[in-house]
Amino acid sequence: MESKLSHYLNRYRKEGCLALVLFFVAFWTILFSRNTEASGFLQSLIESRFLSLRNLENLSRQVGMYGIFSLGMGLVIISGGIDLSVGSLMALFGTVFFFLLTGSHAWIPGMPWVPAIIVLLAFSAIVGMFHGWLIAKIRMPAFVVTLCGLLGYRGLAQTMTHDTAIGYYDAEFGIAGLESLLTGEILGLPAAFIAFLFVSAIVYYLLHLSVFGRYLLALGRNEQAASYSGINTKMIMALAYVICSILAAVSALFFALYTADVVPSIHGNFYELYAIAGAVLGGCSLRGGEGTVIGIILGTTVLLVLQNMVNLLGYDSSFSKVITALVILGGVLVDRFEIWKLVTRTKNNVA
Amino acid sequence: MSLLQLKRISKSFGPVQALDEVELEVEKGEVLGLIGENGAGKSTLMNILGGMFPPSSGQILLDGSSVAIHDAKAAERLGISFVHQELNLLDNIDIAGNIFLGREPKHFGCIDQRRLHDLSRPLLETLGLPIDPFTSVALLTNGQKQLVEIAKALSMDAKILILDEPTSSLTLQETDTLLRLAQKLRNQGMAIIFISHRLAEIETIADRVIALRDGRNAGGLKREEINRNAMISMMIGRELDEVYPKTKPSAESVILSVKDFSTRQWPNGGATFEIKSGEILGMAGLVGAGRSELAQALFGVDDSPSGFFEVESQSIPRGDVSRCIANGVFLAPEDRKSSGLVLEMSIRENMTLNSMKRFTRYLSIDFASEKENAEVWLREFGIKAPSTELVVGNLSGGNQQKVVLAKWMTLKPKVMIFDEPTRGIDMGAREEIYRSIAKLAETGCAILMISSDMEELLGMSHRIAVMREGSIAGILDKEAFSEEAIMQLAVREDLATSA
Repeated sequence: MESKLSHYLNRYRKEGCLALVLFFVAFWTILFSRNTEASGFLQSLIESRFLSLRNLENLSRQVGMYGIFSLGMGLVIISGGIDLSVGSLMALFGTVFFFLLTGSHAWIPGMPWVPAIIVLLAFSAIVGMFHGWLIAKIRMPAFVVTLCGLLGYRGLAQTMTHDTAIGYYDAEFGIAGLESLLTGEILGLPAAFIAFLFVSAIVYYLLHLSVFGRYLLALGRNEQAASYSGINTKMIMALAYVICSILAAVSALFFALYTADVVPSIHGNFYELYAIAGAVLGGCSLRGGEGTVIGIILGTTVLLVLQNMVNLLGYDSSFSKVITALVILGGVLVDRFEIWKLVTRTKNNVA
Repeated sequence: MSLLQLKRISKSFGPVQALDEVELEVEKGEVLGLIGENGAGKSTLMNILGGMFPPSSGQILLDGSSVAIHDAKAAERLGISFVHQELNLLDNIDIAGNIFLGREPKHFGCIDQRRLHDLSRPLLETLGLPIDPFTSVALLTNGQKQLVEIAKALSMDAKILILDEPTSSLTLQETDTLLRLAQKLRNQGMAIIFISHRLAEIETIADRVIALRDGRNAGGLKREEINRNAMISMMIGRELDEVYPKTKPSAESVILSVKDFSTRQWPNGGATFEIKSGEILGMAGLVGAGRSELAQALFGVDDSPSGFFEVESQSIPRGDVSRCIANGVFLAPEDRKSSGLVLEMSIRENMTLNSMKRFTRYLSIDFASEKENAEVWLREFGIKAPSTELVVGNLSGGNQQKVVLAKWMTLKPKVMIFDEPTRGIDMGAREEIYRSIAKLAETGCAILMISSDMEELLGMSHRIAVMREGSIAGILDKEAFSEEAIMQLAVREDLATSA
């Protein structure tokens, strides 16, 4: 019988490894962005640019905004699918939201910001249902469906804006409270980060405590066995896409207000790939059925801290992509080794 | 002196002792029946003889002199020919080419087609297969392919012919032909080692029988001693009666009633049958008769074009798994690994996957009661696992099947469908599963047991329904039980009588 401690170490070893990596990257950044004029080494670290209030605030906002849609992507990946349309949806949702505020598009009525948010979230749910229906019910490959989304939604946003930027300053109704809600601070923390904590808690409940999460893990592993257990696998699978789409919309709100105007051709470009990278680095398997909320959060955070490191330390930003790639590759490689260990353990048990 | 003598042959694969000092002798002009359960070591022994791998220890004597068989080629040179259970013919080459594969007669470096033809022709004729040797193998039936394999053995002047389950994929007619041929070859002086699960065939053809059990010799029978019961008790080490628990249907009330139920595979077929409370209805049939498809269609995981079924007089719509489950109709599927279980999940999680709603509290999964449930079933079924958190993929086949059983027992089945409940499971675990099925029947559950294992069907069932092409060809009562009666119903009459 293994001890409780070693049991937890074993169970959360992926997360533990990631936390170590995160700690290392952060420490490296602190070390090389330290205030050389400070008195004493420790003081110089505390006064490093990484630990400056401004940087931490910026970083936590980034973690918040990226984390929200990465969690949605994580659920889709755990179901055994993929959603390539997230980045383009980000552009489309931002565009639609601003049109809802300004009322300057022929098809979209203007409205105050509270109903606008509700309408946007409803719209995103419908988009998610559409994906879920095509993938779970019609059984089209998730890759193809969302690849079409990747191309189509951005194109749609560009068409709607005639390929120019769109802002919200000429809003039809008052926007009092909108900016402070989405870009302000609560208890000294950026609103996006607070929202992220909130979303994390919900997704944690969904994945690890609720029946939905158990079903999602089961169907990601073995859809046939799940349906033989009487699980409505189509519904569960479709729900994953709906949640992913809604969380993309929530992120889109923060991004849109953060950038203040949306340029559909570049807004949210490649975000789906960051989300996939974060989830995979965090221990989600693209074969499905594997992944934890803590892992996805850590994976996303590692990627953002890496980015932050490159910015702060003035490394060549082109090279940062190489570093990111190597970190992801290394992370997945370690994962492979664990699978290898698992296989050998199975053999020992049988013998 | 015997033609072939195996002395104290042992073979181990890592820690697993597959063969332990096995002895075997074959005389010239003799058919030796080799019997044993799955995993008893028959195939290992024959593979050693066929040169697939060497024994760990022991001696092989051919005509009294010790020989070493390093590879398949060496076995061929010594006159040992092995016809495998899975046919090893190349579909894209003609018969003659297959017979002489690797030994083609050549003429200036090219294959001498004429000689190939002339050499093959008489071989095929001795086997009663008057077909042009240049016919493509793809056009042959399984029985004819088997004959081509034997022709190949003859072409190598085999003295010893090993037939491993030669009839497993043959029709009755083809089986008959094959058995007659084996007798003919024996009369010509060939030594034949005949491996089969079909004891009736062994009874017909064998001059002597040797049984293996758990990698050891489990006794032998002379010609006059050969009978079914003697063979079975050698194979399993005790009397047959002890393996299958005796049960009686508890009441006359009909639990499951199926009417004209068709499957996607046989849309024009229609199965009609009833199962009473506490009754075990065995379901026999050939591969492809649609038994598993029927089970899946009843359970609702597969589509069904037409038909009705009722549980306790309540009609259940087709193709609705959740309604099936709500009405207590459950399926333990044929393929445990891909349909019955999520192998990567723990025992605890697998056991509640179908009954999650019972294990929730305040909108969240109640992990403690889940664990408690798993512990109860681990004890109840004697599942050998260190903890409820063990990943199911690490369990043996027998224990996996018990997890599947436990999963459905939690929901108190009214109708339980077992599809090949003991496939790939060793004898010890099988008995436990039989006991569990019997126990379930005693609670009044109606049981449909699909099986290709005749012993199991005959031993467990109260009645046996035989399926053919998606319909029930007949239902046998206990008094009418026999392997022959089942086969007769399972095979199409026109095939059995013509040709």
